[in-house]
Amino acid sequence: MKIPIVIAAIAFSFFLYACGGAASDKKSATESSKEETSSSSGSVNATDNPSYDAERGKGKFTTVDIPAKLDAAMAANGQKVFDVKCSSCHKITDEKLVGPGWKGVTQRHKPEWILNFITNPDEMIDKDPKAQAMLELCMVRMPNQNLTDVDARALYEFMRKNDGVK
Amino acid sequence: MKKNKATQWAIAVLCLAAGIQSCKPKNAGSAVSSDAAQRAYVAPGKYDEFYNFVSGGFSGQMSVYGLPSGRLLRVIPVFSQDPQEGYGYSEETKDMLTTSHGFVPWDDLHHIEASQTNGELDGRWTFANGNNTPRLARIDLKTFKTAEILEIPNSAGNHSSPFITENTEYVIAGTRFSVPLDNSNGDVPINTYKKNFKGTLSFIKVDPADGNMSIAFQIKTPGVDFDLSHAGKGPSHGWFFFSCYNSEQANTLLEVNASQRDKDYIMAVNWKKVEEYIKQGKGKKEAVRYAHNKYSDVTHSATSTIETSVTTIDVKDLADAVYMIPCPKSPHGCDVDPSGEYIVGSGKLAALIPVFSYTKMLKAIQDKTFDGDYDGIPVIKYEAALYGEVKKPGLGPLHTEFDGKGNAYTTFFISSEVVKWNIKDLKVLDRIPTYYSPGHLSIPGGDSRKPFGKYMVAYNKITKDRFLPTGPELAQSAQLFDISGDKMQLILDFPTIGEPHYAQSIPASIISKNSQKIFNIDQNKSKYVTMGQNAAKVERQGNQVHVYMTAIRSHLAPDNIEGIRMGDEVYFHVTNLEQDWDVPHGFAVKGANNAELIVMPGETQTLKWIPTKVGISPFYCTDFCSALHQEMQGYARVSPAGSNVPLSFSIGTNNGPGVNPSSGGDSATGGGAPKAKR
Repeated sequence: MKIPIVIAAIAFSFFLYACGGAASDKKSATESSKEETSSSSGSVNATDNPSYDAERGKGKFTTVDIPAKLDAAMAANGQKVFDVKCSSCHKITDEKLVGPGWKGVTQRHKPEWILNFITNPDEMIDKDPKAQAMLELCMVRMPNQNLTDVDARALYEFMRKNDGVK
Repeated sequence: MKKNKATQWAIAVLCLAAGIQSCKPKNAGSAVSSDAAQRAYVAPGKYDEFYNFVSGGFSGQMSVYGLPSGRLLRVIPVFSQDPQEGYGYSEETKDMLTTSHGFVPWDDLHHIEASQTNGELDGRWTFANGNNTPRLARIDLKTFKTAEILEIPNSAGNHSSPFITENTEYVIAGTRFSVPLDNSNGDVPINTYKKNFKGTLSFIKVDPADGNMSIAFQIKTPGVDFDLSHAGKGPSHGWFFFSCYNSEQANTLLEVNASQRDKDYIMAVNWKKVEEYIKQGKGKKEAVRYAHNKYSDVTHSATSTIETSVTTIDVKDLADAVYMIPCPKSPHGCDVDPSGEYIVGSGKLAALIPVFSYTKMLKAIQDKTFDGDYDGIPVIKYEAALYGEVKKPGLGPLHTEFDGKGNAYTTFFISSEVVKWNIKDLKVLDRIPTYYSPGHLSIPGGDSRKPFGKYMVAYNKITKDRFLPTGPELAQSAQLFDISGDKMQLILDFPTIGEPHYAQSIPASIISKNSQKIFNIDQNKSKYVTMGQNAAKVERQGNQVHVYMTAIRSHLAPDNIEGIRMGDEVYFHVTNLEQDWDVPHGFAVKGANNAELIVMPGETQTLKWIPTKVGISPFYCTDFCSALHQEMQGYARVSPAGSNVPLSFSIGTNNGPGVNPSSGGDSATGGGAPKAKR
């Protein structure tokens, strides 16, 4: 009998607080921190989320047309990006270094998944079941290397070349 | 039982009250009535409304606090070496502290001024003065790094600095100490001050595109002490006002001998007119030597150039451009209100505040309402330039800032208070004690044409009992006041680094959006960059060993280095390959006689190490970077001088063939793709 009084009052005060809080937030803080939004989205478990497209992953690449033939010039550009930004942790064989070896990666994942993962690793590691499984193996979150879309696409072409596409 | 129930009801009522309270609209009324803690509170994860750039005084650095929380956001190394991030220790940054006296690893940073466009804060740069070995620094607010340091020749004690004109056309450097100038014979008896000692006011041009500073001209003046200054603005744009004391020209016991006269001066300089004289070729090129140091975010390194010439003009050759306004009792602060009409002089030993009128000053000049001259410079009659005096405001006025609503706020050192007064009617409106003895104060935009009169911070000279005692030495302190209402209200105390002198507060919105997150590795033009781990290498050039090393979570490459000999100088050129925000890597090696490096993503920095002992020296990443940060380590083998251990380096070649350990080198093969055997 006594407890409900307190609970009701606390609940009511929260309700009222919320209406004041929202207004004051806008005035007092010029920007709200990124931390808060990312931590709340981070708690979403991908496996519990039926709308998550585990084939394509999460990011700006929804459909990518990949021609059958290799673009050798693009692959060469991709190798340059690989040398600077990727080779510290990935080998082009199937051997794991810090991260997994790249041999066969284009057969394991759809191009959209790879392009999304390399350009949007933080969100993917938070949401994607395959990325999370990989994190458990490697124990290092893949760094965001700030790849441009062009760099990312070139890297994918280099991966294709590495996987024998001619 | 009954008591318990009563308690629960009480809690319930309190909860309700709290809930209703917070539902009130947030207007000025409720801001005044709510408590101080709430107004200074910025919730975890929320951002402050203002950046507060505060001088570090004798620390030589610039600190950055958030307002209203008083949270310390960063300390930007400027004039002092900073072992914490390798500033002034790394090969790339050493040259920032080069002067004509050689390497000067410390200074006394007093004042900060933010860049302005049309008299309003533009959030591009802050400027800072080095008070001891005269220097000026420019800090880039995209990177919060010191971008440039310019030494000032013909100067001693660069105190009246770094105040700017309203479009950042010029930044000012006025001498505190008058001295014999650089290219005259300075080996003279000190008591020949009146004959041989001169003051100078340097006008330093700021390139509007990139901020590059260059000395446009120096005005030579009679020997006095220049103290502080501010530019005219709006209608008075084109003039600069300098407070000066020791018009007695004393060279000893200034405490007494420079306090003889009832009035010293504010020197008014029509710099637009001086510009014309300089254009007409009336200036004189003089041979001097001063260092000009610039830091590049592309090469990630500093360059130091010794400049050899400066243009000077004697105040005697500046007819109709320079005047003296008498100002009571050793004036200190010299502040111009947002309208540009009122010039406030603050005599350190005065019991009133004189407010001068720009319009009246012009009229007095036109009518030649003079009261003789000071060493040839016309002295305007005090009453002819005076708008009025604030009577009995307090004791020992020092500095004044403005709220943009017609009010001025002046600190009083002796009576330990801030006094708010109305500029028009000169009436005191409010006074509030500070703890203790304030020097400078800062209102966001408070010396610009557009102040944001919400907060005022007083920077106190004495701390005493305000915080838990920490032995004889205490942190200095700042106090935050809410000035949005009629009455000033103290809402926060916070300790500061070094000694806080002047500060600038800038709305976060005009800075945070431009804040750089990483350096693009593709644009890294360091001479010593390593573009990717496969390019990592070690090279010998005579007794120099250059290690081209990469860092990425979580390994350094190479991490096994052999063939270093006693007598070698080893240069670790560390490139951080990361391209994500807030992933710096550190680098330290055992026994290094300098400091560590902190390398930002996409940056290259170099640590010089002269081994002192034969044996194995470990090195490691000092900045926690990942779950395997503690694994981010390596070894350098140091052999005796003349040893035949070949130079080699590797990563991933684990427990090589079990050859005779003393033969060395066999197990460590150079370069190539790393081999992991786990």
